[in-house]
Amino acid sequence: MTDSPLVIAGKSFASRFLLGTGKFNNKKDLSQSIAASSSEIVTVALRRIDLERHEENILEYIPPQVTLLTNTSGARNAEEAVRIARLAKASGYGHWVKIEVINDSKYLLPDNHETIKATEILSAEGFVVLPYISPDLYTARALVKAGAATIMPLGSFIGSNQGLKTKEFIQVLLNEIDLPIVVDAGIGAPSQAAEAMEMGADAVLVNTAVATAQNPAVLAHAFAMAIEAGRLAYLSGLPLQQSDARASSPLTGFLYAKSDAN
Amino acid sequence: MNITINGTSKELASAKNLSDIVNAFCKQSKHVITELNGTIVPRGQWAQTSLQEGDALELVTFVGGG
Repeated sequence: MTDSPLVIAGKSFASRFLLGTGKFNNKKDLSQSIAASSSEIVTVALRRIDLERHEENILEYIPPQVTLLTNTSGARNAEEAVRIARLAKASGYGHWVKIEVINDSKYLLPDNHETIKATEILSAEGFVVLPYISPDLYTARALVKAGAATIMPLGSFIGSNQGLKTKEFIQVLLNEIDLPIVVDAGIGAPSQAAEAMEMGADAVLVNTAVATAQNPAVLAHAFAMAIEAGRLAYLSGLPLQQSDARASSPLTGFLYAKSDAN
Repeated sequence: MNITINGTSKELASAKNLSDIVNAFCKQSKHVITELNGTIVPRGQWAQTSLQEGDALELVTFVGGG
């Protein structure tokens, strides 16, 4: 079965797996994981240069054909997110930005309100904006109006590996929002990524699970396969769940007569 | 001359332009982005941008992130 590509802001992608680059133990694991994931979009962050320690830049390990998606992590409000996005753009690499505004250090939940404000400003400036939100229909509608390129609802707490705790709310976005839905955060296993894709999510973003696996590149490959499998299952038109049993084999022509006990 | 780079006070021997500063403090300038007193300075303007006493400079770059 042939699938249509994932299209974000007019750009086509064969892969529906977005990979985050944080928390990797070393650059070798990172570059092998990017290769094994087949990801065509990877996220990076922006930070002050450590003036005391000279480290090789992460961009040296990201293939040039991969689209760079800079997150605004560290931003606590719209204004800070806009500043980070503008800095990224000034590098000449990044006008694709994942808006991530967090001001709660316990749950690390995104601030939907500030995210809408940042999206309005940055979309108007020509950025391709992928906002990361707690799944909420009204927020998503406001983001569509604000010019977002996708909606990125969280599956569960960031870095928690808990999977699709917000499944019903993501389903609402899938039903009602006419933009690609990229499930981001909390996806800890390929089965969870497949579950999101079977629902009809357009793509999945994974970071922590891959980066903290004993063998990151192997898990990156497993995620890629699961995301593809989930996508195919969605396209196949999955049959509905039934509350009772339905025999798989014919119920006629038995060699033995049905016993009276039945 | 004293300026603040990435939140830390630095004493510079002489007045320098931004290009000199980046080269002095960063191993490679390739992926460095600069913001001087809250305003982004594009790479092409580094050599013409001179630093003043008390300036606040941010030197940022890309790192791993999700």
